[in-house]
Amino acid sequence: MHPFAYVEPKTVKEAVAALSKYGDKARPLAGGTDLLVQTRAGRFNLDAVVNLKKIPELMSVKLDANGLEVGAAVPCYRVYEDPKVSAAFPGLIDAASLIGGIQIQSRASMGGNLCNSSPSADATCPMIVHNGVAVIAGPKGTRKVAIEEFCTGPGKNALAAGEFVVTLQFPKPSPTFGAAYERFIPRNEMDIAVVGVASSVTLDAAGKTIKNARIALAAVGPIPIYAVAASEWLKGKPANEASIAQAAAMAKAAARPITDMRGTIEQRKHLVEVLARRTLTKAIERARGK
Amino acid sequence: MVHVKTTINGQPAEFLVPAYLSLLDTIREVVGLTGAKEGCLDGNCGACTVILNGRIVDSCLVLGAEANGGEITTVEGLATPDALHPLQQAFLEEAALQCGICTPGFLVSAAALLKREPKANEQRIRHWLAGNLCRCTGYDKIVRAVIKAEDMSSQLSKSKAKVAAKPTAKSSASPKASSVRSSGRSGSGRK
Ligand SMILES: Cc1cc2nc3c(=O)[nH]c(=O)nc-3n(C[C@H](O)[C@H](O)[C@H](O)COP(=O)(O)OP(=O)(O)OC[C@H]3O[C@@H](n4cnc5c(N)ncnc54)[C@H](O)[C@@H]3O)c2cc1C
Ligand code: FES
Ligand code: FES
Repeated sequence: MHPFAYVEPKTVKEAVAALSKYGDKARPLAGGTDLLVQTRAGRFNLDAVVNLKKIPELMSVKLDANGLEVGAAVPCYRVYEDPKVSAAFPGLIDAASLIGGIQIQSRASMGGNLCNSSPSADATCPMIVHNGVAVIAGPKGTRKVAIEEFCTGPGKNALAAGEFVVTLQFPKPSPTFGAAYERFIPRNEMDIAVVGVASSVTLDAAGKTIKNARIALAAVGPIPIYAVAASEWLKGKPANEASIAQAAAMAKAAARPITDMRGTIEQRKHLVEVLARRTLTKAIERARGK
Repeated sequence: MVHVKTTINGQPAEFLVPAYLSLLDTIREVVGLTGAKEGCLDGNCGACTVILNGRIVDSCLVLGAEANGGEITTVEGLATPDALHPLQQAFLEEAALQCGICTPGFLVSAAALLKREPKANEQRIRHWLAGNLCRCTGYDKIVRAVIKAEDMSSQLSKSKAKVAAKPTAKSSASPKASSVRSSGRSGSGRK
């Protein structure tokens, strides 16, 4: 690897200072499962790597009456091995437990997945349907950005110079909330999504009507896509097969895939519809407590 | 250079390492333990797997500097001076290796699984080992060896439990434990 310095800030302030000092010659390091691969491949010409894992906020998981706050550098296994988190945030668990293999999950974080800003990132869409917000620190203080507004292009995002993500916040889901994420890959494990779809629903108390819904699509556009029209259309509709089929068709219409080595435009659009149907069905089942 | 103080296979270690050196290169070139292997250098093959602070990691995707204050176990730390780790013994008996380049990674991954889930079933074993690739064996023999190691470990711990229950039976229990290993060794289908 190209020689770089290693900086280990202990506070958010120190991290902002280090990142500001080196500018675009520094990158934050969470699990390193994207960063070190890409650095080795020559994508960055770094003067410094800033390890965020010694900053307590970046490594804590807090679950309380307001919801969940996950440090941006918390590795996936700490998310899915937490029984309380997995019960309340099923969409996040679906993603955290399918990123890479066990070795990768020991290191890879949801914050790193988001900040790498790949359209195929498996954690970003589930974070969108869980109404996630990124808490960002930088030279000008702290600000919040909704996950669906975070990515701006392949490998590009809303972070300005010297900024980094501190935590990911998710509001506490109501008891009638359910979510799910599924992806299509040619293997069983360890592959990049050809298509991924995350869905969430909040049902009425009887479990019959959809009060709120969110659908997000991975790997079918330059950024993870929040399928607004399909999500909005579901509000007030009965939680049944006909509604699911219609929303899935609308999600398909929102997909803007390209043809590449992983799949064609046609195949990807088809997969969006199939996976939207499956994840909506699963989200509704989970919302009903099944 | 980064100053690193760590524990490797139970022994304290202290060294200087260039900031950009991977943990894999650190272990192999600075520490001098060559069990962990370099395969792909991008997190796919698992040949470089070590245990860092209780979790298996691809050491090619960790910086050596990050080991500071941590605890590392490599394949060299699995056996005791008296005996191979049950997994190593089972790999020999089941001929779960051919060229062997993937073997240290599989052993370390599987050892971490057995420690937390001593009775993992075949499906779980295959899922756990998905981050380790083998181009030679076709995996079945590896999975069989892990299952065998689970049986060997549970027999070993049963015989240890007997020792604990009847302190006087100590002398009779340890030959039993070793007979599990030696009978296995003569039964090896390799060669
Ligand atoms: C073998 C293998 C399998 C993989 N499988 C999958 C998969 O199935 N699905 C999937 O989605 N991904 C997969 N990945 C990619 C990668 O593991 C994930 O994207 C992971 O979530 C990245 O997290 P990390 O903590 O390792 O990030 P890092 O590599 O540490 O960081 C990623 C990027 O984000 C920046 N960054 C990190 N943290 C912050 C922060 N807090 N603020 C600002 N910037 C930050 C870094 O500078 C870097 O550019 C795989 C990778 C490998 C090597
Ligand atoms: S060399 Fe590290 S995973 Fe292949
Ligand atoms: S024995 Fe050759 S790669 Fe596994």
